[in-house]
Amino acid sequence: MPLLEIEDLHIGIEDTEILRGVDLNADGGEVHAIMGPNGSGKSTLAKVLAGREEYEVTQGSVHYDGEDLLEMEAEERAQEGVFMAFQYPVELPGVSQQNFLKESVNAVREAQGKEELGAADFIKMVREKSDLVDLDEALTKRSVNEGFSGGEKKRNEIFHLAMLEPRLAILDETDSGLDIDALRIVADGVNQLRDSDRAFVIITHYQRLLNYIEPDYVHAMVDGQIAKTGDKSLAVELEERGYEWLSGDGVAESKASEGNASENGAATEPEEAAVA
Amino acid sequence: MPATVQEELSTEDRFLQAFEGLSDEAKNGTVEAVQGRRRRAIEQFEALGFPTNQLEAYKYTNVAKALRHEYRIAPAEAAPQASTEEVEALLLPDLDAHVVVTVGGRYSEERSDVGALPNGAFVGSFAEGANAHPDVFDAHYGQYADFESEAGDPEQSAMTALNAAFAQDGLFLYVPEDVALDKPVYALHLPSAGDEPLFAQPRHLFVIEENAEARLIEMRRAPEQREHAPGSFTNAVREAYVGAHGHFDHYIVQDEGAGASQHTTFDAYHETESVFDTLTVTLSGDLVRNNLTITPAGEFCESHLNGLYLGSGEMHVDNRTIVEHAAPDCVSNQLYKGILEDDATGVFNGRVHVHRGSQRINAYQSNKNIVLERSAQIYSKPELEIYADDVECSHGSTTGELDEDAIFYLRSRGIPAERARAMLLGAFARDVVESVRSEPLAAWLTDEVGARYGAGQALGVGS
Ligand SMILES: Nc1ncnc2c1ncn2[C@@H]1O[C@H](COP(=O)(O)OP(=O)(O)OP(=O)(O)O)[C@@H](O)[C@H]1O
Ligand SMILES: [Mg+2]
Repeated sequence: MPLLEIEDLHIGIEDTEILRGVDLNADGGEVHAIMGPNGSGKSTLAKVLAGREEYEVTQGSVHYDGEDLLEMEAEERAQEGVFMAFQYPVELPGVSQQNFLKESVNAVREAQGKEELGAADFIKMVREKSDLVDLDEALTKRSVNEGFSGGEKKRNEIFHLAMLEPRLAILDETDSGLDIDALRIVADGVNQLRDSDRAFVIITHYQRLLNYIEPDYVHAMVDGQIAKTGDKSLAVELEERGYEWLSGDGVAESKASEGNASENGAATEPEEAAVA
Repeated sequence: MPATVQEELSTEDRFLQAFEGLSDEAKNGTVEAVQGRRRRAIEQFEALGFPTNQLEAYKYTNVAKALRHEYRIAPAEAAPQASTEEVEALLLPDLDAHVVVTVGGRYSEERSDVGALPNGAFVGSFAEGANAHPDVFDAHYGQYADFESEAGDPEQSAMTALNAAFAQDGLFLYVPEDVALDKPVYALHLPSAGDEPLFAQPRHLFVIEENAEARLIEMRRAPEQREHAPGSFTNAVREAYVGAHGHFDHYIVQDEGAGASQHTTFDAYHETESVFDTLTVTLSGDLVRNNLTITPAGEFCESHLNGLYLGSGEMHVDNRTIVEHAAPDCVSNQLYKGILEDDATGVFNGRVHVHRGSQRINAYQSNKNIVLERSAQIYSKPELEIYADDVECSHGSTTGELDEDAIFYLRSRGIPAERARAMLLGAFARDVVESVRSEPLAAWLTDEVGARYGAGQALGVGS
């Protein structure tokens, strides 16, 4: 049973349907990339997985480690090991990053039956993990994200990720706004966190990131559906050809090996997506 | 004549009667500065009556209506007592201070622990201070909270006049020229125990002379065993004078339970290059109205006025502030923040008045509110009145709900919803709390705000 199992997920807000039947399976050790045009529903999918309540699930299911994820509160999901790095990290003036992280880390640890981190261990962990993403230690002492530059905010998200050590990490455009060195640093951080128990879902517009973090699967999301799934070569193809060819009726042949992709956990057949 | 008018008249009449019934001792027991004003004060009160919401300045706060019920107009002779334990339980941890205690508006010699003071300074009872320093009273009493003057807002003088007619006791703080109190003064105000609602009128005077320094923390608390009987009302008046190059920090916490209403008038006047800093925190109460007027009268003054009000239940809290920039080259900085839930009402009306010729004024005013439930209400009206051209003034007001994106961000990091809410509310109040220059008070306030919104809760798993 895959760690994350999304089946025919339909999501709406008010009267608009944003996700129109998404299927995706991700297992520990895998890296899944999701690419797709603006407004195709990538962030919506990420937020629904993280537990944002304003979206309505109209059809389908999501299972995480065999449990019904959609039944869980946002904090419960985080405590069970689901993490989302925000496309737009929120500024929290007056909330010190230290206090916030201490509470966050300990809430997660407590839920997982681990001991609360003492002050000294916590400080050590902050140092270690901020080093991992080369985050200026001064930023670990300020209010959360307040006045951080765009790149600092993104790095801070990966710093949180490293602190919380989730089993399912969803990165929503963490590479956007990063300079080339920062991109490499963040990618290195992610690569160090890759292990056989942890699954990554990486939303990006740029194939560049995927040169550093090699995905096992690349999904093209178009218009609220996964229109095509392939291996990393699909990312190159998407960057060359755009998404136009994937929308509408006909789905052109992909250079990626589809058989391989679906066998290994990506549930949606391109044909299926196209006719849905 | 409509019944309500008759009732209103009888409310004021009760005070007129009580005034005539004051014993000679109560009328004359203090210095000339105090007793010489009583007759004119009661006459002015009689002419004005209690403020109703017909007055623009009381549009949302009808004091007259809040006083129509029965209560005892407390005779000031009574000297109710509190126990040592009660007082000790209400001290601030880690605060080394000159401690003064009033009970039912009367200074309590027994419970106060002033300790050693620098030469010439006085910290203690208003009544006693008047006798010890009649010259200081002559120079300052009734000069700033001046019911007779036409300056200021005539709409505000009825309550001041009423207080001046009855004033007997309260606090007197006197720090002479070039003297600095090295410890803060901690003033604990307790109500007298009893089932009967009282109308009390404490009177306080703070005189910080040229190049002198003091810090005063006032706490109005009502512990469980001596809650105010519902319908209790306090009409307090404070006056502060800060001489040239002086520095006075004044913090007050109003936390007297749901049965206690109060109208406070605080008039502060400060001279050239002095600093006056005040914070008003309202944690509980029935109807609370605070009139704060600050007059930086000399050049290069710094005035800070901050406020924090946490409204719940039926609480009604109304802060009216006036800064009279009567001299050039001054800075005033104002930040009032409110969190309101249930059926609570918050009112903020701040006026910054830059007089003609007061150039190079920097005046900032900001009022921010979070409304946790739709049933809570807020009326906010910041006002600038500027008669000089070379000034930098800004004012702003915001009211909103807790930011859902921020709550989600915290929850998505494993922090339970309730706790996330508490963290964000604590963060909202933080800049006001951090304006406090007393660590023990800042820590106490942080805990109070945290406890109010559930930050004390153990971390739960999910919900
Ligand atoms: N809270 C919301 N209310 C209304 N519409 C929404 C809401 N959230 C998302 N949408 C709409 O759903 C669609 C998908 O948005 P989403 O943010 O998921 O796109 P995306 O694929 O992440 O785009 P981008 O690449 O620009 O980040 C958009 O048309 C968006 O306007
Ligand atoms: Mg997006």
